[in-house]
Amino acid sequence: MRKTLRERLAILSDAAKYDASCASSGTVKRDSAATGGLGSTEGAGICHAYAPDGRCISLLKILLTNFCIYDCAYCVNRSSSNVERARFTPEEVVWLTLEFYRRNYIEGLFLSSGIIRSSDHTMEQMVRIARELRLTHNFRGYIHLKTIPEASPHLIEEAGLHADRLSLNIELPTDGGIARLAPEKKPAGIRRAMGELRLKIEEAAEPTLQTRRTKRFVPAGQSTQMIVGADGANDATILSTSGRLYSSYGLKRVYYSAFSPIPDSSKALPLIKPPLMREHRLYQADWLYRFYGFDIGEITASQPGGMLDLDLDPKLAWALANRAAFPVDVNRAVREMLLRVPGLGTKTVAAILSARRLRRLRLDDLKRLGVSIRKVQAFVVAEGWTPRRLIDRPDLRTMFAPAPRQLSLL
Amino acid sequence: MRRVMLEGRGDFPEWRDAARDLLIAGVAPGEVEWCERDTSPGLAFEEPAFGGSAVGGAGRSGPGELAPERLAPERLVAEELALDVATVGNGSAAGSGVSGPPRVPAAFPALAAAVVCHSDPARFLLLYRLLWRLQADRRLLEVASDTDVVRANLMAKSVRRDAHKMTAFVRFKELKGGPAGGRRRFVAWFEPDHHIVARVAPFFQRRFTDMDWLIATPRGSAAWDGRTLTLDGTPCRKPDLADDADELWRTYYASIFNPARLKVKAMQAEMPKKYWRNLPEATLIPGLIANAEASLQAMAARAASEPLPYHRRIQERAARLPQPAPPPAGTLAALRQEASACTRCPLHQRATQTVCGEGPERADVMLVGEQPGDREDLAGRPFVGPAGQVFDEALAAAGIDRAGLYLTNAVKHFKYEPRGKRRVHQRPNADEVQHCRFWLAREVELVRPKLVVAMGATALFALTGMRSKLEAVRGTPMAMADGRALFVTVHPSYLLRIPDAGKRAEAVARFHEDISAAGRLAAAM
Repeated sequence: MRKTLRERLAILSDAAKYDASCASSGTVKRDSAATGGLGSTEGAGICHAYAPDGRCISLLKILLTNFCIYDCAYCVNRSSSNVERARFTPEEVVWLTLEFYRRNYIEGLFLSSGIIRSSDHTMEQMVRIARELRLTHNFRGYIHLKTIPEASPHLIEEAGLHADRLSLNIELPTDGGIARLAPEKKPAGIRRAMGELRLKIEEAAEPTLQTRRTKRFVPAGQSTQMIVGADGANDATILSTSGRLYSSYGLKRVYYSAFSPIPDSSKALPLIKPPLMREHRLYQADWLYRFYGFDIGEITASQPGGMLDLDLDPKLAWALANRAAFPVDVNRAVREMLLRVPGLGTKTVAAILSARRLRRLRLDDLKRLGVSIRKVQAFVVAEGWTPRRLIDRPDLRTMFAPAPRQLSLL
Repeated sequence: MRRVMLEGRGDFPEWRDAARDLLIAGVAPGEVEWCERDTSPGLAFEEPAFGGSAVGGAGRSGPGELAPERLAPERLVAEELALDVATVGNGSAAGSGVSGPPRVPAAFPALAAAVVCHSDPARFLLLYRLLWRLQADRRLLEVASDTDVVRANLMAKSVRRDAHKMTAFVRFKELKGGPAGGRRRFVAWFEPDHHIVARVAPFFQRRFTDMDWLIATPRGSAAWDGRTLTLDGTPCRKPDLADDADELWRTYYASIFNPARLKVKAMQAEMPKKYWRNLPEATLIPGLIANAEASLQAMAARAASEPLPYHRRIQERAARLPQPAPPPAGTLAALRQEASACTRCPLHQRATQTVCGEGPERADVMLVGEQPGDREDLAGRPFVGPAGQVFDEALAAAGIDRAGLYLTNAVKHFKYEPRGKRRVHQRPNADEVQHCRFWLAREVELVRPKLVVAMGATALFALTGMRSKLEAVRGTPMAMADGRALFVTVHPSYLLRIPDAGKRAEAVARFHEDISAAGRLAAAM
């Protein structure tokens, strides 16, 4: 018996929830004021709801179908799993997107799919949905399409004309891990596809000879996702894979997804609690690499076993391992050094640089800027404040680490 | 003590006009009492109305339309600035404590327009004190740690956050029974903390242009009919609405939640409980939290089952798929395929792909560079990046057709150091060159060039084992170990690294001469 739309929505959103990305930011500004259509994107993304897992719900994140010819051990939709299967027609996806959008539930669509028949057949259906939303329904909201590495170049090109973002999941941090858990996937092919996409994006950004205007092609760039904790890779390996992906393919984001137990799990994987804190630390390290001028090597060098400290954020851990670099004078230090002080973020550093041109800053000033004095006081010099021997205290770590707690047996 | 009475519904010009008069009259901040007309909800509560027709019962008079410039704070800012600049030299100097005509830095009107939307009654005084202090201290706003600046920034931030949450948490519900074939009509109820309806309404106008909508709040309403955005400050009462689509949305919300990742605090930080009563999905939250652990346990208890026949059919079909025939042995295609899986040195671990040579199966001239660069690594072809362009220009100057040449590199994988969003080229070491000789030697064997051109020291070393200075051997034809002619020049990327424009032009000219000389040499063979 054919399942109702609601039943299929339940199945195909459940099947999509292991994809971490939900961003709707970073694309071009556009709206419907001139066209009289529906939809806008205004730079910053909007999270329209939050699920009790703390994740934002910005896009209608669904699969076109969860039938899949691949058998990736970590995936809920692998062919050997006995989950319920369903599929949407392209018209149904278009209808759901528009009706959800009109009620202001979502910013747009994040469409992914299991591979059915062939890569090109699947990709064609996804491109058709994006095309209909844009051209038939004048939809100007956000569209994120998951691309299929083996799909033909002309399909990727058309996808890029309609979508704000394209993404290709690298799945696991090491090629060995992919070979073991996702034997049908070819990591080299995934990276080649990312490289080709970067070249296409850059090509479109070049003004043509006829006009100064550039072609709009994947304006929000490409992203990827890695599963953390399904293979044995340590954090240093994971982060160096990220560094490689960011530098090579101009990715906007690498998402880390703590491996989460899935229904009817493969026997190749244990049922464990997802390593959420580890995932959080990886995101923090990722931020240090992208916005704070840290090298991947620096972040993980002092960490035993190449694993980030779960008790301390990676910036604090780096500071404790590199005490010779402190204290930093907030009234004189260069921006790069201020960014390395635990407790100072990019916005605070900008405020410090602006304010100190006009007056000498004291700890009180930092406090009014929203800085945690407890966190920074050991690492900074300010007007009327020097940390004295604080920086040399052997028990400095214990001032920051959470209090030890009784481990549970289970 | 002066008493100033304001409506206080986030109307920036209202405050601005009052503040300017006070400032010009030289009234110090301590001498003003700012008051708001009492508009506490409950006094003038009205049912929200839609284009004159009542929603959920009682009708009411149509809301007054506001002139368009009163809708967008950004436009006010520009006008305000123009006005202030215009007052310069007017001679209307303020009195005690304030010297010169009232002027403000560019950032102030935008800040003030946000702060007047705040619900804190102290906002008017705070803004006036800032305005007063700015007359003596022009750069006050840059002192982000000043007490008044901190307070104003916090208020502005709170207003912006409230406005952002409004764009996120308004939920439209469709009104049925409109005229057939007419525009679809939607109504939403929202409860903001501050006076932000006028500030946020243009966002909804830009986004939901093709439908009629009305947003009702206890702090006024906004409506759009496809032509006019209508704002009304009259407090509204919550309408009674229902929409069938909410059930689908709730289904989606429950299904997208992952019970293995329960993080209730993180959810509430971004979606505080005060918003829940107007979100159709929020009633599900307690149940989802309560059942999370149980559904995990149930998932764990169900042992992995045996795959369905579907899986076996797929596996069989995949096994039956014909594999493409390998290219015939002894061809460049076969060599390329073999090299694509090369793991002879660690460079393959970070590169995108093996970049083999490119050119006809047999070529008279083979040019060898150092290694693929960033672009070559992505495109999988040699000499397509910036150095490739320099090389192409030299070919064009010499009148040589690139298609007739075989172009390759001493090392087939890109060696680099990741640096943020870029890759910094690194020179391959002797070991890596040694390993890759295997492929270069086979390319030479297959292509059988009469002349080999080594571009740069790495190519020279790979081809001959020579570590001599490039200048010593450059431009003079030599013989390789197998008797083949060898010609040496610099690598084109070297030309890109010369900082002095004059010296670079000289070096480029010399490189062009070298390529021409190599071309003449090959033609004479």
